[in-house]
Amino acid sequence: MNYHWNWRIFFEASPDGHGTYLDTLINGLGFTLVTALSAWIMALVIGSIIGVMRTTPNKWAVRFGNAYVELFRNIPLLVQMFLWFFVLPEFLPKSMGTAMKQMTPPWASLVPAVLCLGFFTAARVAEQVRAGIQALPRGQNMAGTALGLTVPQTYRYVLLPMAFRIILPPLTSEFMNIIKNSSVALTIGLVELTAAARSIQEFSFQVFEAFTAATIVYICINVIVVLGMRFLERRVQIPGFVGPSVNTGAH
Amino acid sequence: MLGNFDFNVIERSWGYLFREGMTFTLTLTALAMTGGIFFGTLLAMMRLSSIKPLAWIAGVYVNLMRSIPLVLVIFWFYFLVPYIGAYLIGSSQPIKVGAFYSSVITFTLFEAAYYCEIMRAGIQSVSRGQVSAGYALGLDYWQVMAKVILPQAFRNMIPILLTQTIVLFQDTSLVYVLSITDFLGAASKVAQRDGRLVEMYIFAALVYFVICFGGSLLVKQLQKKVAIVR
Repeated sequence: MNYHWNWRIFFEASPDGHGTYLDTLINGLGFTLVTALSAWIMALVIGSIIGVMRTTPNKWAVRFGNAYVELFRNIPLLVQMFLWFFVLPEFLPKSMGTAMKQMTPPWASLVPAVLCLGFFTAARVAEQVRAGIQALPRGQNMAGTALGLTVPQTYRYVLLPMAFRIILPPLTSEFMNIIKNSSVALTIGLVELTAAARSIQEFSFQVFEAFTAATIVYICINVIVVLGMRFLERRVQIPGFVGPSVNTGAH
Repeated sequence: MLGNFDFNVIERSWGYLFREGMTFTLTLTALAMTGGIFFGTLLAMMRLSSIKPLAWIAGVYVNLMRSIPLVLVIFWFYFLVPYIGAYLIGSSQPIKVGAFYSSVITFTLFEAAYYCEIMRAGIQSVSRGQVSAGYALGLDYWQVMAKVILPQAFRNMIPILLTQTIVLFQDTSLVYVLSITDFLGAASKVAQRDGRLVEMYIFAALVYFVICFGGSLLVKQLQKKVAIVR
């Protein structure tokens, strides 16, 4: 073991000409957070819609929702990333496809990465939302109908406010997953946290310092998210209701 | 577009894709699953152990693995394993570890953390009374575990363990970051060589989908079969 440790490496100038290696890392963290947050908003919106569709009485809506979830859950995230990055521009109308390929550096990989993570995580969110709605006592739906609410009103005022509260813990872990999964975007050239650590390693040869720093940052994000969500959970919890447990397999 | 879709490229590279690529993917999945479940079970036993330091170490390990992305873990082990190997055999130079062994070690140790959480739930799903009954019959800890608790824990958890294995199968595609020729790596190499990105990536997606969807249907079937009626 003769590894040469040099923790001061982070304060040395990085070869990309934008400050020190520490700045490289901070930039990477920024891209990780931007990608994960935008994709998370997308995933929540699409996931809620698909999840609700799967609980409606409409047969075709249920089929569509199931097909969506199965499609996005059974293809590896990395393959989906390539499909959005390499394959989608070929299927768009020519001018749009060219525009997508010619976007300037961060956008060219940021946009496909957000789309990919958004649609991928939406399938997992949909599974949680469906389970949350189905975990509610059937009487709630009936009571809504008996009160003269329409189906959309029942969802809006009765089912969804309950369902979202009880699925908060699994949604927390999905949010953690989306932050971790954003590292897959390094394969299409997005310089997020893991890619930043990798580039520090490539330029400075200080492998373990770079990876240790990235690991510590990921752990900090994890702790902050868990503490924040625990606070939120306490605020909105409904006594007596335990969330459903669906097993979607963790990445 | 679909008009100039070249199906021939798939036919030409069939042997390379499946004999080399898919064989690697399946071998890696099988080894990592076996090792992962083995170490995961040990970790779960540690986490539930009454010996506090053991429980603490296992807890730290599992939480660490679960809070960093797999891609970072792959990089970590790729660079770390040669140094650990050198330390173990007392060599002054980092030893050479092939990409294959490096990825087997990575996936085994990474998935062990996830299998651990499944097995922990499995062990906890067996009532405490059975442990006491085992001790009362004069069995020691290992006998109680091996003869009473673990068989039931496995049976309860088989569907979830298999679902996690399907996820593991999908995640092995991430060895792409080390330029290893797994199934996706092979598809990607052919795609780059022949300039046929669209065909190869759609084909790869299709193959993964068929395998994983088929697998998840089988798991559902199995779930009905092994469910213990209480």
